[in-house]
Amino acid sequence: MSPDPAPARETTRTQEASQGARRLAPARLLDIDPLLDDPDTRIVVCCGSGGVGKTTTAAALGLRAAERGRKVVVLTIDPARRLAQSMGIDSLDNVPRRVKGTEGEGELHAMMLDMKRTFDEVVEAHADPERAAAILANPFYQSLSAGFAGTQEYMAMEKLGQLRARDEWDLIVVDTPPSRSALDFLDAPKRLGSFLDGRLIRLLTAPAKLGGRAGMKFLNVGMSMMTGTLGKLLGGQLLKDVQTFVAAMDTTFGGFRTRADATYKLLQAPGTAFLVVAAPERDALREAAYFVERLAAEKMPLAGLVLNRVHGSGAGQLSAERALAAAENLEEPRIVDQGDGKAGLRNSPETYGGSDSPESSPSSPDPVQASVDPLQTSVDPVDQVTAGLLRLHAERMQLLSREQRTRDRFTARHPEVAVAEVAALPGDVHDLAGLRDIGDRLADNRRELPEPGE
Amino acid sequence: MSRLQVVSGKGGTGKTTVAAALALALATEGKRTLLVEVEGRQGIAQLFETEALPYEERKIAVAPGGGEVYALAIDPELALLDYLQMFYKLGGAGRALKKLGAIDFATTIAPGLRDVLLTGKACEAVRRKDRGGRFVYDYVIMDAPPTGRITRFLNVNDEVAGLAKIGPIHNQAQAVMRVLKSAETAVHLVALLEEMPVQETVDGIAELRAARLPVGRVIVNMVRPQLLDAADLELVRTVPRASLARSLSAAGLGGARRGGHAERLVEPLLGQAEEYAERYALEEEQRSVLSELGLPLHELPLFAEGMDLAGLYELATELRKQGLQGMS
Repeated sequence: MSPDPAPARETTRTQEASQGARRLAPARLLDIDPLLDDPDTRIVVCCGSGGVGKTTTAAALGLRAAERGRKVVVLTIDPARRLAQSMGIDSLDNVPRRVKGTEGEGELHAMMLDMKRTFDEVVEAHADPERAAAILANPFYQSLSAGFAGTQEYMAMEKLGQLRARDEWDLIVVDTPPSRSALDFLDAPKRLGSFLDGRLIRLLTAPAKLGGRAGMKFLNVGMSMMTGTLGKLLGGQLLKDVQTFVAAMDTTFGGFRTRADATYKLLQAPGTAFLVVAAPERDALREAAYFVERLAAEKMPLAGLVLNRVHGSGAGQLSAERALAAAENLEEPRIVDQGDGKAGLRNSPETYGGSDSPESSPSSPDPVQASVDPLQTSVDPVDQVTAGLLRLHAERMQLLSREQRTRDRFTARHPEVAVAEVAALPGDVHDLAGLRDIGDRLADNRRELPEPGE
Repeated sequence: MSRLQVVSGKGGTGKTTVAAALALALATEGKRTLLVEVEGRQGIAQLFETEALPYEERKIAVAPGGGEVYALAIDPELALLDYLQMFYKLGGAGRALKKLGAIDFATTIAPGLRDVLLTGKACEAVRRKDRGGRFVYDYVIMDAPPTGRITRFLNVNDEVAGLAKIGPIHNQAQAVMRVLKSAETAVHLVALLEEMPVQETVDGIAELRAARLPVGRVIVNMVRPQLLDAADLELVRTVPRASLARSLSAAGLGGARRGGHAERLVEPLLGQAEEYAERYALEEEQRSVLSELGLPLHELPLFAEGMDLAGLYELATELRKQGLQGMS
């Protein structure tokens, strides 16, 4: 201990002092395995902003649950191609497929959502064949179902409801769409429900009925102005298409609102667990905090936060500052050792010969070169590599403390939320072994980052 | 250089930041740019450290050299009323529509119509002229939806023109498509040197090209500094551990003997170097995938401490340095 750590302790103490005022209790650890093993857990919803590893997390959770004996289906929205291939779901047929190569008694099934197919299925299931054919052929329906923004959310929730109703799996893991706002899928069923119940629908489907009522002259004027306006805006044919579409939807989808409500209730049920997925970055965690608050407001059961891509270090005892100082130390003495007083004074001839002295560098390039070359050769290659390793370590330690700060800010705001930290991998995951590895990291009940104030 | 610059990219790649830096970079020499936000996230306000933007064009920054950056966060609902008023003088009917929930319908349930409004508004800003007949904005930069939705988003007017075969909506939709498919528009994609964002970029470009939308550049964002090059990494693999320990010890990090402080650092430091090497190899691989696209490629550095206003100006300078002007 004696020769070296004194300065390191100094640094730690100052850091502690500066943080002393807002010392935090560490966040609760999110214990993944009991959640996955509990037979009462029937649905796990992974949500969070884009680019934080939601799909991978959902797949890893599904695989882990299956290998711990459960019969699982993972519903992914838009998996990376190689991840989808590794699970055998790269073909879009909207049906769960058994994933081969899992270990243990359980089963893993996976599917990739096909929005249009799901929409078509709803129509086919709820309309008589003739009417279904009419809806499917309606141009307005075709462009709506082919996936304008937003349809994905409705259909993801619809598919979740379908899978749950089939009752073939004892655990459904859902990945949520990469939405404009991560919350769109929560609003989708409600929105669709209230729209189908709304006045516009009634206006479009039965203008005559409304207009014919006695004593509603005022409304009547409004109505004809409306229909006129819509016709003018949309063009007569489109208005007719929309009306036919809405009429068909209305009669065949009598239960749509009920279904939407049921899906919403399903999300609130005790068997559902929401996992907010984030990376230890400011924006992702801001979104995560927003999500946590929103879930609470909607009375949706939150299991915890999965913090992906967290960095650790095996040499955490060496601070960034000391590593940088040591790296400079390794490179510096050689300049002094040169015995060239000029070079020593100038620090580094490379900076001196830079762009700020325009007349000297083109006219006298040789002296600069001459003083650079012996310097470069004189630096011991091992020292150079060591300095590189130390700089790399300094970068790692800076990253680590930023991640720690970001996480602690979230924890301060939401101390009630349990957190599972998942160590970063250098590359992407595209096979079951990789997913298994992520699963292990998810469930290891270990903090990757130092605790607050550490 | 195209006057409508559309910036898309996979979620998490920093497309809002890149769009904002581009708006600053293009606002040189007294030029005026408009930065348009379409997803209601107020990302621009956060970047420029101002309060939430209302639905109006407002100056938010002065570029070096006197140019001006305006910003507009489009609210689909207000945009629809605006649009009704502007094109059809339907103020009162607009209110009636709102009462009936038609505005909700248009902006949320049929998000395709929302996309019509958003693209329509951006194209209107591109074409707008002042009394002297000069364009009000030299460039309009749109912080657009992510790569997975961009083609559909930009192409929505084609679908609308197909749905509404006649009438003012049809005409408007066609006018918007004329701008979007012309050389007046360039769609840029922001990527990271990681597998998924690169794959999405490649797929996105194929989709854009198939839809005959003009693809501009690929901007690789958040590029990490190179701390060890290939030669260093080779040396790391071959250098004896004992020499590293001695070198660390010489740097003042404790004893080099077995169990000494310096010696105990060797393994973890080499472990970190190995991770770095793996990432370095992956990044090189992704870089070569991107360079095969045959598009102008830009790289912007990572700001480890997070993006702020100063960082934004630095990125703008970097974009200018990389020769943004004079190209499509």
